[in-house]
Amino acid sequence: MTKSKIIVSRRTLLKTGLAGVATVAAPTFFIRDAWADDFCNMPKGDTVTFGFNVPQTGAYADEGADELRAYQLAVKHLNGEGDGGMLKTMKPLALKGNGVLGKKVAYVTGDTQTKSDAARASAKRMIEKDGVVMVTGGSSSGVAVAVQSLCHDAGVIFMAGLTHSNDTTGKDKRAYGFRHFFNAYMSGVALGPVLAENYGKDRAAYHLTADYTWGWTQEESIKNATEQLGWKTIKTVRTPLGAGDFSQYITPVVNSGADVLILNHYGKDMINSLTQAVQFGLREKMANGKKFEIVVPLFSELMAQGAGDNIKGILGTANWDWKLTDDATKTFTKSFGAAYGTPPSQAAQTCYVQAILYADACERAGTFNPTEVIKALEGFEFDGLGNGKTLYRAADHQCFKEVLVVKGKANPKDKYDLLEIVKNVPAADVTYDPAIFGGELGSSAAKKCG
Amino acid sequence: MRNTKVRDVILLGCFAVAAVAAPLLAAPFGAGYPDLLVKFAIFGIFAVGFNILFGLTGYLSFGHAVFLGVGSYAAVWSFKLVSVNILPAVIGAILVSGLFALAIGYVSLRRSGIYFSILTLAFAQMCYNLAYSVLTPITNGETGLRVLRDDPRYLDSAVGVLGQSPSLFGLPMTGWTGYYVCAAVLVVAFAFSVAIFRSPFGMTLRAIKTNQNRMGYTGFNSRPYLLTAFVISGMYAGLAGSLMAATDPLAGAERMQWTASGEVVLMTILGGAGTLLGPVLGSGVIKYFENIFSAYNEAQLGTTLSFLPESIHDGVVKTLSLFVGEGWQLTLGLLFMVVVIFLPGGIMEGVMRVFRVKHTPPVKSLGDSAQRDIVGESVIEEMPADYGAHPAPEKALAEAKIGTTAQ
Repeated sequence: MTKSKIIVSRRTLLKTGLAGVATVAAPTFFIRDAWADDFCNMPKGDTVTFGFNVPQTGAYADEGADELRAYQLAVKHLNGEGDGGMLKTMKPLALKGNGVLGKKVAYVTGDTQTKSDAARASAKRMIEKDGVVMVTGGSSSGVAVAVQSLCHDAGVIFMAGLTHSNDTTGKDKRAYGFRHFFNAYMSGVALGPVLAENYGKDRAAYHLTADYTWGWTQEESIKNATEQLGWKTIKTVRTPLGAGDFSQYITPVVNSGADVLILNHYGKDMINSLTQAVQFGLREKMANGKKFEIVVPLFSELMAQGAGDNIKGILGTANWDWKLTDDATKTFTKSFGAAYGTPPSQAAQTCYVQAILYADACERAGTFNPTEVIKALEGFEFDGLGNGKTLYRAADHQCFKEVLVVKGKANPKDKYDLLEIVKNVPAADVTYDPAIFGGELGSSAAKKCG
Repeated sequence: MRNTKVRDVILLGCFAVAAVAAPLLAAPFGAGYPDLLVKFAIFGIFAVGFNILFGLTGYLSFGHAVFLGVGSYAAVWSFKLVSVNILPAVIGAILVSGLFALAIGYVSLRRSGIYFSILTLAFAQMCYNLAYSVLTPITNGETGLRVLRDDPRYLDSAVGVLGQSPSLFGLPMTGWTGYYVCAAVLVVAFAFSVAIFRSPFGMTLRAIKTNQNRMGYTGFNSRPYLLTAFVISGMYAGLAGSLMAATDPLAGAERMQWTASGEVVLMTILGGAGTLLGPVLGSGVIKYFENIFSAYNEAQLGTTLSFLPESIHDGVVKTLSLFVGEGWQLTLGLLFMVVVIFLPGGIMEGVMRVFRVKHTPPVKSLGDSAQRDIVGESVIEEMPADYGAHPAPEKALAEAKIGTTAQ
């Protein structure tokens, strides 16, 4: 026995090698019988399964919880239970309230944890184990982009939830991905004129930006929009997602020479950064002879609840608000309120609508085959889902509809009455050329499960 | 000695068979789908590697996820710049993470115990923050590094290979083929770890764990051995990271976060530190909870328990629903507490007790192991005759002789 001998030697190594070869050769043996289908996860039997992939933990957990409530409501309405919700107001409507194509809708849920890895693992589980025909949800653009490309590769349609980055339907767009929510570019275009009106054209802005795809594109879009007004940009600082404490980023703002702080944050991040900015006395401060202002380009009812008094008078944009006065919004708010006792957030609305739109497209296409469903969604014009007349543009799978400019209400009536609508920017004003963001959709051919 | 060898081969054989049959074995638990089994295999490799450091030497690294992350990034860059074949990616990832381990280990191993853990944790957080925001051009920050359509892939374009998703000479790395490739790597990695456990090198590492001071007093410089163990386990982590990137070509910084480092510590302790199979079992349990338990919602629970009488059904469902879905970490925490309190040696200690393997003293403290794996005991009793402290007395004897003649 020599000194350097490793005890498990040639023989074991050979055996292991053989076992390795056997393992590589074995797969055909165990692969389940997926080859008879025309496309991945073709629904058999009398149910069709949707996958609701939402953040249940992490910085965007509040949004995720509301999204899940909306999806559960949508499933009820699709199956003909409850009061029918926006199925009563949607035009044109192919759904009959008996499920989709005669199959009852079932669902599975997953936690994205607002992490790309976890979200993809959860989506993969839904596709491979639970056999979902469509994945939807999410509250972060990083996650949306990651899950969208996964779904595209797997051949399963992805109906994005709350994602506001230009990249989702811009440079990272995919044929299998669809977005109802608006994007940062639209926010910039809608918000710009209102900012000029309220704060003048001679301002110096300081950006704090969540350091991922959404933050980057929102910073860029808002920067472009404000610089066109004549504003200067003093500095843009990136902050990690879910930082919790923003004081180290806010202290330098005070003496930077800026007179507007733009917070490109969302969810709990925005609640924390705004609260701390207010605690630092930024809103009482005078800079360059003008009153210091804070702008939050994207915010929601849920965030306003979290931020409390600090949100009062702050300008931003929103996709939808439950206080809109059209029939669809009223119907949806009533039905959501009856089920859960609170008005729906914009995250809830966009997710509800996405689920309904997918189901309707299947009904119109007469099949769950994704190629046909994609065709049915592309260029689809509809009304009565809360945002007025809306177009699902075929070129980039982005919805075009009204954008709301909102402001934190000074004297709210109750804890849900926190935002007032300042301006309703028509869809035509926020429509842009799809070519400006690049990217390509890729093939929409149906794929078999791998 | 013979006996040990035969038993090792049997163990390996069973392990390989289990890996091949895993889709069938896991199906009853709802875990028989490729993505989860791939995770079992990859985190199995990660934990097996971690165990070489923690289980054998007792040095608790709290920043091992760094090497996992570095391996992932290296692999994705290989997919972007070299080829979609996973071979260069895996080899590159192992080398790069080995280099990182060498640098971090060289500094951290100057201290032991809690100071070592803190140093590795500090390095890990540093690397995480670098990847998350400072080195965004290399890592693409929070969004994660992805393989894009228009990446150069110089080797592929030179030989005219098309395709954008990672493969092993044309075998796709998705679905079941992906699992079997990972499983084959796991079996090889496991075999290598058995070899290390049984080797004189492994014995030295155990000696370090048992009493490092005494080793020092006998003139044994333990640091090179520790550094080697650290680098090897770092390379295991890099291998796991590269496979993660191969089966899902996206590398995110969160892979390097301290929670990810903590996870592998939990896996190893839960399964049984210092045992051969323990870490693999531990990683399986944790990944199972994360993927299956977290997806179990109240409605499903209601249907599963529909056999209960109406009167208590709702109450039971309400109570139990706290522990599934979002509450999966609560259940995992409880399980972890039970294991730590009643089975400090991890799941493997439980298995040993059930099968009444002799020579299994109850483990007193967490992370400790009395080499309780089925075959470990005999190795310790039969140290190779020509190894370790043996030459020293001869030399001393010779010196003593010289001394006497001089007199």
